[in-house]
Amino acid sequence: MRISSGYGPRPAAGGGFETFSWYFFRISGVALIFLALIHLFLNHVATDVSCTSYQLIEIRYANPYWRLYDWLLLTLALLHGMNGLRVVIDDYVRSRGWRLTLQSSTAIVTLIFFLLGTITIIMFHSVANPGTICPPTHF
Amino acid sequence: MYKGQSGMWSWLLHRITGLGVLLFLLVHIVDISLLNFGPNVYNEGISLFGTGIVRVITLALVAALFFHSFNGVRIILIDFWPKAVRYQGLMFGVVLILSILAFIVLGIFIIAPIFGVNLGNMPAGM
Repeated sequence: MRISSGYGPRPAAGGGFETFSWYFFRISGVALIFLALIHLFLNHVATDVSCTSYQLIEIRYANPYWRLYDWLLLTLALLHGMNGLRVVIDDYVRSRGWRLTLQSSTAIVTLIFFLLGTITIIMFHSVANPGTICPPTHF
Repeated sequence: MYKGQSGMWSWLLHRITGLGVLLFLLVHIVDISLLNFGPNVYNEGISLFGTGIVRVITLALVAALFFHSFNGVRIILIDFWPKAVRYQGLMFGVVLILSILAFIVLGIFIIAPIFGVNLGNMPAGM
């Protein structure tokens, strides 16, 4: 019986892309636990979300390592998530035409959002009038 | 029809929460990209996230993220620790409990401002 033999499921032998994907999910997942949960804490607990304003980001991005942190979060989350989407499409879409359409769309969307996020992080800069740190919310 | 048990449900929830968080991520990258248009545009966009309705929707994201993270740890344990698969059901229970607890804690911080309660995380007041 497989259960009594010990280790959990392993990717198919052969060391190909799917093997890499299997390990990538787990390794990026561990990194993301810290990256994402701390991100949640910073932006909802340490500061309320209504105070995550342009000025707050100016203060935070004065330290370049926050840009690195955010970029790592962006890259790993996007790749982890889109790889997951690829697997889900793989599971449910059989027709060759749709597979081509959906899988290439996944790849293109990944690239577009990665570039958009990267440009935002790199190009963010301080301005003369950043506004208040907690702009009023219209409830 | 496969009549699975906790193993199947945990797999299904992991898939659903993963897709949910991914969908949010794509929207989030777009809303943060408003930074490229300057403080007025960005702050106006952010003010949407402070409204009551969006705070409630955020709760769904938070729940999904916590479950997906904790269940992910469970999956890693099952994959790399030989004995873990025997306890998969128990671990699923732990995952659910931890997810609910974490959700309640974060939920308080997210919802409190709707009722004017400042939990000390709004430096300039409301």
